[in-house]
Amino acid sequence: MREGRILLARRVNRQEIVRKFPRREDQLLPLLHALQRANPQNYLTPDDLRAAAEHLRLPLAAVYDAVTFYSMFSLFPRGRHIIRVCRSPTCHLLGAIPLIEALERELGIRIGETTPDGFFTLEAVSCLGLCDRAPALMIDGESFGPLAPKDVRELLTQYREVKR
Amino acid sequence: MGKLVKLRIDGREVEVPEGTTILAAAAAAGIEIPHLCHHPELSPAGICRLCLVEVDGRLLTACYHRAAEGMEVHTDTDRLRRLRRLNLELILSDHPLDCLVCERNGTCELQRYAYEFGLEGNRFRGPDYDRQELPAREDNPFIRYEPEKCILCGRCVRACEEVQGRGVLDFASRGFSTRISTGLDRALTEVNCELCGQCLAVCPTGALTERARRFRGREWELRRVDTVCPFCGCGCRITLHIKDDRIVRVSGGYRGFRLCVKGRFGLSFVHREDRLRTPLVREGSGFREASWEEALDLVAERLLTIKGRYGPDAIAGLSSAKCTNEENYLFQKLMRAAIGTNNVDHCARLCHAPTVAGLVAAFGSGAMTNSIDEIVDADCILVTGSNTTEAHPVIAQEILRAVRRGATLIVVDPRLIELAEHARFHLRQRPGTDVAWINGFCHVILKEGLWDRDFVRERCENFEEFAEVVERYTPENVEGITGIPADALVEAARAFGKAERGMIFYSMGLTQHTTGTDNVLAIANLAMLTGNVGRRSTGVNPLRGQNNVQGACDLAALPNVLPGYQKLADPEVRGKFERAWGVKVPERPGLTVVEMFQAALEGKVRAMVIMGENPMVSDPDISHVAEALERLEFLVVIDIFPNETTRFADVILPAASFAEKDGTFTNTERRVRRVRRAVPPPGVAKPDWEIICELATRLGYPMSYSGPAEIMDEIASLAPIYGGISYGRLESGGLQWPCTDPDHPGTPFLHEGRFVRGKGRFHPVEYRDPAELPDPEYPLTLTTGRVRWHFHSRTMTGRVAGLQELVPEAYVEVNPRDAARLGIGDGDRVRVSSRRGSITVTAVVTARVPEGTVFIPFHFGEAAANALTNPTLDPRSKIPEFKVCAVRIEPVGK
Repeated sequence: MREGRILLARRVNRQEIVRKFPRREDQLLPLLHALQRANPQNYLTPDDLRAAAEHLRLPLAAVYDAVTFYSMFSLFPRGRHIIRVCRSPTCHLLGAIPLIEALERELGIRIGETTPDGFFTLEAVSCLGLCDRAPALMIDGESFGPLAPKDVRELLTQYREVKR
Repeated sequence: MGKLVKLRIDGREVEVPEGTTILAAAAAAGIEIPHLCHHPELSPAGICRLCLVEVDGRLLTACYHRAAEGMEVHTDTDRLRRLRRLNLELILSDHPLDCLVCERNGTCELQRYAYEFGLEGNRFRGPDYDRQELPAREDNPFIRYEPEKCILCGRCVRACEEVQGRGVLDFASRGFSTRISTGLDRALTEVNCELCGQCLAVCPTGALTERARRFRGREWELRRVDTVCPFCGCGCRITLHIKDDRIVRVSGGYRGFRLCVKGRFGLSFVHREDRLRTPLVREGSGFREASWEEALDLVAERLLTIKGRYGPDAIAGLSSAKCTNEENYLFQKLMRAAIGTNNVDHCARLCHAPTVAGLVAAFGSGAMTNSIDEIVDADCILVTGSNTTEAHPVIAQEILRAVRRGATLIVVDPRLIELAEHARFHLRQRPGTDVAWINGFCHVILKEGLWDRDFVRERCENFEEFAEVVERYTPENVEGITGIPADALVEAARAFGKAERGMIFYSMGLTQHTTGTDNVLAIANLAMLTGNVGRRSTGVNPLRGQNNVQGACDLAALPNVLPGYQKLADPEVRGKFERAWGVKVPERPGLTVVEMFQAALEGKVRAMVIMGENPMVSDPDISHVAEALERLEFLVVIDIFPNETTRFADVILPAASFAEKDGTFTNTERRVRRVRRAVPPPGVAKPDWEIICELATRLGYPMSYSGPAEIMDEIASLAPIYGGISYGRLESGGLQWPCTDPDHPGTPFLHEGRFVRGKGRFHPVEYRDPAELPDPEYPLTLTTGRVRWHFHSRTMTGRVAGLQELVPEAYVEVNPRDAARLGIGDGDRVRVSSRRGSITVTAVVTARVPEGTVFIPFHFGEAAANALTNPTLDPRSKIPEFKVCAVRIEPVGK
């Protein structure tokens, strides 16, 4: 029953989001981002894709093309917060690998995985454009750096407390 | 044609129209530039980088860049060869080298270039890539997809979008994982896919292939026979690829590769085990096999007895729009000369008899005025009563192409047909109210001064009487009759009135009414009023249903004309045929299809000869037809399969299918094309023309021809519109009639400068109600039609496993509001009843039909829509009102 109600709420919510966007092809990416943000598990469901395709009058294949092309979209459930750690050449030279190792150790997961409590997903990205603060990472929209492996525990603990 | 530009390619001077790509310019000069992603019928993509050329030291993709004045192009330098080789190696790097068992071995474009560039190994072998992990997919009846063989050229993506207007396919993911996907990797049967196979036809490698051809023969083992598709009136040219006398695959089609699901994948019926292989003679309640001698002797003896006892008019014949021109000619000759009656008709009575009646009266010729390849240049297209996408797929593709080039599409149809989704205007009239809205269009066009005064004055007659009648059809009055909102009608009429080149397409939605002829006359009025006749990309274009329904009409499988629409009533015409045939030609017009069955019930017709028709599914009020067939003293049926009608026969004669005989078909645009024997018929089955000859001879009228070519020569000598047609000329392609002498090039569009009848004649027509309107007892309107996966009575497509799997049974479309009111859910079994009968089918609840209207496809004998339909006839053309009758629906318990 409860699950049913959640599903229903998601559907209503989805239509509300979709309706805010003009029916133009160039609205596809902003619309997909909005739908993904509205999902507590940070991913796009087949129904999201269908809703976007229908609203923008695009074939589903074209929507799927965009979703699978851009790595910031996911078709699978993720944590509530996404840690994107940079492994560009600059970050690499200044210690990205030890930083990633520390993150994996601290969270108990590997790159691409989600913590069992569904709080964090750890992802590696090609460049965050934060070379002046390398090695760097972002959690959702917020950037952090330079970071040493020893900073990781405190950062994660603080973040959990603030966001809980 | 626009300006020409001059350029040099590899030192050769070339002159091409402005806008030509470098690739096409080079081809024109006989220089081939390697390419994989480009296809001449699709937009350029610039993906594969094989077509790089050098222009002033710069590298350009030849598929994308246009030839320019003074350009100096090099296509074959050392640098280019090096680059092409490298690009090819990269494309090949994640392609499996399993050519040994690949269906495209020998026709694969990648294999060809690898060979030409001498690529022996792979320098770029990396880790196993994601794409190679993807298994082959066969999740639909016809198309096999092997992702690892895909080189991501995107031809399939573009073909689906640009040709079929669907966009079912697109790229997915990126980098080494890139693949082609339907979106969420659904099966083709789960998406908006027609399984037309255009994707497969353009695939350069073995990534997309026909499932059915797998391991059935490599290309060089296959024999190729050029012939014509046996399904609809589009009459696409196809090539059969044959091994061991079996059709392995089909290629060709409109513009070389465009076919529909039936033409590409629906020909396996030819090889079905249940084909009729030997003559069958009734014995008790069943049949026993007989020799040709015995069966034909029996048929002749019975027909002669009946003729002797009751006169020749006690015999009636149904010819076939599926048979060749030559066979239709001989069939009517059999009836007229050997038996001595004009009782010959065929299924055109049930589709376009009003077209012939109406357009002959208005223009002087009953055929489609213009040609398929003119569609793309029209600037306004009006489609009414034609679900073109389902019934004439290739013509629908051309209409979509015109729309993409900016043409305005107006669809007038009660149902939300697929073309309506691409239309600027979709007007949903109440079924059977067509005269009203067409007159309404004319009213608006007159009122707003959008009519073509010069054309009407110089080329037409009877305008005033017509103008007086349409005066009363104000948009408000029309709204009252048709339910089309007045303002929408005005806007659509304006769009058509303003068009420079307006084309009208219609089909049975307009003709299958008691007002069928009036509807056609009204449409002809609209075309004349706007000056849209007698020019390229204009005209009144009735889409003919069967592959050779045009030819069957041309060759007079009709009760009131002689071949080439020559008047039976004209003594001079009869005299010509009497001299040629050496017998008296009966003068009195014969019976039409529905009248034949009525006459059989009344005991006036005692015997029938039915060739390649299945009236037990296709005719209205089937229980009536069954009774009539029961009542006959003798029935002989010539067919390729046992069907609902052969059950009533006394003798069944096995015929050769289209693939097993020579002849010609005439398609909807009047194009006569050669049909060629590709495989032998099963058992002792024979081409219909041979059967007719032997039967006529036994009836005391010897017929003997060396082959269809000789029959065509006889046709040409008697029917002026076919006067210039001969097999010799048809070798190099089709010819469009009128083609009056051996030097005549054929006629792409009719009525240029002058109507066939002289002046185009306006016919004032008034709206009349359909014969049967909904009432409290039968409150809904039933309309019938087709689905693209089946053809007609399913004698052929019902025997193609894949097509049967896609649409296995009849259904009824019900509007959600009606469904809610009647307590019917999607997928429920319901009983649909009319005053004539009832059938039980599955309900499909959909807004495709408007409230108050239900739709049933007519293909299915087991739940025949025609058990319900109304046999009331249009008084002039004798077509029954298939498209409107009153029904009620009720749920049935489990």
